[in-house]
Amino acid sequence: MAIRLATQRRPPERAQEGAPVALRLLGVTIAVFALIPLISLVQHAATVDPDVALGQLFRPRMAMLLGHTFGLMVTCVAASIVLSLACAWLVVRTDLPLRGLWHVLLTAPLAVPAFVNGFGWVSLTHAVEGYAGASMVVTLSYFPLVYLPVTAALRGLDPVHEELAGTLGLSRTQTFLRVVLPQLRPAVLGGSLLVALHMLSEFGALKMLRFPTFTTAIYDQFNTSFNGAAAHMTASVLVLVCFVVLLVELRLRGRRRYAPTSSGTPRVAARLELGRARLVALLLPGAVTALALGVPIYSLLRWVSIGTSTGRGSEDLLPTALATIVFALVGALLAVALALPVSVLVVRHASRTSTLIERSTYTANALPGIVIALALITFTIRYVPGLYQTAPVLVAAYLIMFLSRAVVSVRSSLEQAPPVLENVARSLGLSRMAATWRVTVPIVLPGIGAGAALVFIAICTELTATLLLAPIETQTLATRFWSLSGGLQYGAAAPFALLMIGLAMPAVYLLSRTPGRKS
Amino acid sequence: MTSRLLAVAVPLLLLTGALSACSQEDDGPFITVYNAQHEELLKELAPKFTDETGIEVKLRNGSDFELGNQLVAEGDASPADVFLTENSPAMSLVEKEGLFAPLEEGTLELIPQAYRPASGDWTGFAARSTVLMYNTSEISEDELPTSIVDLAEPKWKGRVSFSPTGADFQAIVSAVLETKGEAATKAWLEGLAENGEVYDGNNIVMQSVNDGEVETGIAYHYYWYRDQQESGENSSETALHFFTNQDPGAFVSVSGAGVLESSDKQEDAQEFVRWLVDEAGQQALADSYALEYPLNPDVQLDSQVKPFSALEPPVVDVSALNGPKVIELMQDAGLI
Repeated sequence: MAIRLATQRRPPERAQEGAPVALRLLGVTIAVFALIPLISLVQHAATVDPDVALGQLFRPRMAMLLGHTFGLMVTCVAASIVLSLACAWLVVRTDLPLRGLWHVLLTAPLAVPAFVNGFGWVSLTHAVEGYAGASMVVTLSYFPLVYLPVTAALRGLDPVHEELAGTLGLSRTQTFLRVVLPQLRPAVLGGSLLVALHMLSEFGALKMLRFPTFTTAIYDQFNTSFNGAAAHMTASVLVLVCFVVLLVELRLRGRRRYAPTSSGTPRVAARLELGRARLVALLLPGAVTALALGVPIYSLLRWVSIGTSTGRGSEDLLPTALATIVFALVGALLAVALALPVSVLVVRHASRTSTLIERSTYTANALPGIVIALALITFTIRYVPGLYQTAPVLVAAYLIMFLSRAVVSVRSSLEQAPPVLENVARSLGLSRMAATWRVTVPIVLPGIGAGAALVFIAICTELTATLLLAPIETQTLATRFWSLSGGLQYGAAAPFALLMIGLAMPAVYLLSRTPGRKS
Repeated sequence: MTSRLLAVAVPLLLLTGALSACSQEDDGPFITVYNAQHEELLKELAPKFTDETGIEVKLRNGSDFELGNQLVAEGDASPADVFLTENSPAMSLVEKEGLFAPLEEGTLELIPQAYRPASGDWTGFAARSTVLMYNTSEISEDELPTSIVDLAEPKWKGRVSFSPTGADFQAIVSAVLETKGEAATKAWLEGLAENGEVYDGNNIVMQSVNDGEVETGIAYHYYWYRDQQESGENSSETALHFFTNQDPGAFVSVSGAGVLESSDKQEDAQEFVRWLVDEAGQQALADSYALEYPLNPDVQLDSQVKPFSALEPPVVDVSALNGPKVIELMQDAGLI
């Protein structure tokens, strides 16, 4: 009770007046680091001759790419929402058999990178090439980004609102549409934003499924002109589209809050008894799992067993896996290390500067991996040629790309540990260090772990930036799989993809156990 | 308490371990090769060179114009000692920027003049012939065109495929540009953009022709021969059509090798290029899985591949092939 009173009188934000200068400097440095790609891109795009720029921007191919990119994005987002709502409702609100298992299986597609999923499908049938196939494959790869937050939100809903709606005469369907859905809105929007941004930066899957978008076009242009004008102009358009998506999401989310009306613990909603429909209902999660997990894994195993190239390059398997793990570990640990000062600034020393610092780590969400890679190449050639083509630059790219994931996790866990707890510990005689170690660290550690796991998965399965930035003689599971499958050596390529899935699976499993903390 | 300590200490230990693993340096002489040729080929050739000379070869793999433009962007700061391409236009690009050191006389005279520029800045070390692959059950031999230019005609709509993002197809376009002129090339590309199925990579072109997705595909000869030699898995339903009569479709593209002027390992780099074109290197190429034609007259491809002397390629000056113009024309046609 004493703790509660103390917090009320002095909110944690004001616990200390200003942040220590060193911490603020550190925060600003991290922010500038995270902004390097954006600055570099703008700088380079501005130096392109306007005639050349206009010529590049207003080509018929641009219109085609724009159409493809938007079409795919809208379809994938819509399909992900529908799929996720249906699956989440079945898992959380009905007596569907094996709900726990389905929940894990519906999260698991996150461990199968989209380009592996695309490969799995297209190496079985050409029918998935083009718009329809690409929509299906990308949706199957990314819908868990909506499914996870929606499930978490649905679990946290207080059923009292729905019961009230029922007593006021609304039917079950009306209640769902008018009471439940609005409360799920933030989760749906947040997840949809992630799907849209992932789709905009998707490269490997769309290359395999022969559906050109901005991102594949940038890669093609990079292949024909390195970091030339064309690639930079297309990249600028793509970044613009990403920012528009971010703004639309902010706008739609609005300022409305759906807060619980009472401060008590919400009851668990009663599960709808499906009766005979249970078996029919099983078809949905069953089909989704079969298409999103079954097909790619079956296809990979099939190539291992029938591929004529199976076994070739298998001596590379372990060293490549090791290199991937080293990159992922280093990246994950450094990401949480950078996320800590940013989170401390935002949570404990709230100010305009702190907010700016935090937001700048989010801008990379609107920058596809290929754009970040392109910008870092230009930046290192120009300013730090000594670092050009070295492992630190690749790690820097990973950090810029995935820092925000670590910040989201670390920040929310730090919010659970208000400074007043430490103050109490100190008033009871602990030293400053000891108080932090014994009070704050245990509370924050799980969040740091979750953040590190998220970054670890992301790096293990990253393809595009790695293709452009990997130092000489360095290969990861993703790039090795990419070059082998491009050479039709499917049997040799498949083990690399299977290992990649194996590496990511435990982290994804952990993710399915954590109650949703996605933005 | 202990578990918390572990949770902090173990990652730190891992990090130190990982970083020290990264910084392991191997000693001994080595050269850095920017390699746009097939990675598998150089992985076969380079160890033989290392066995003979003790010089390690580090490869940075990419595509012709990616690495060519990368060299231009890097300029004097480039870490590259040698540049290898699949096709010559990217060599010309780097040559025009004055980034190559002249090759030694002894190296140049091993390769006939037709396959290297007069400047002596680089040399060809392998050659590949343009072909039209076709699905034997979808189209009969007498329906095939006599010139690659015909594929732009409306009757070929939906019946031809190619990989416009690859440097191979871009080299073929450069041959059309060199032999037929800009206006004709523009019209041809527009027709192809209208008619063609576009794939990413010649292997995929072959596979799609084999699967009956499309009747014909423009590519180089060795994709087909390699697959035939291996298992025929992706080519058993197809055959090769060689254009004749100096048609641009009979274009023979030259893979180039050159030494960068900025390299501080001139001697080793020159030695590598000399090895590539002397008997040892060319025999290694001929014996490899690649089935590309060696250019040293002392070495012959010993296999079922159509003999180099039986080809009827158009005469083009290797240093005249204009890469940037080709890219521009292809962009205008909406192909890339």
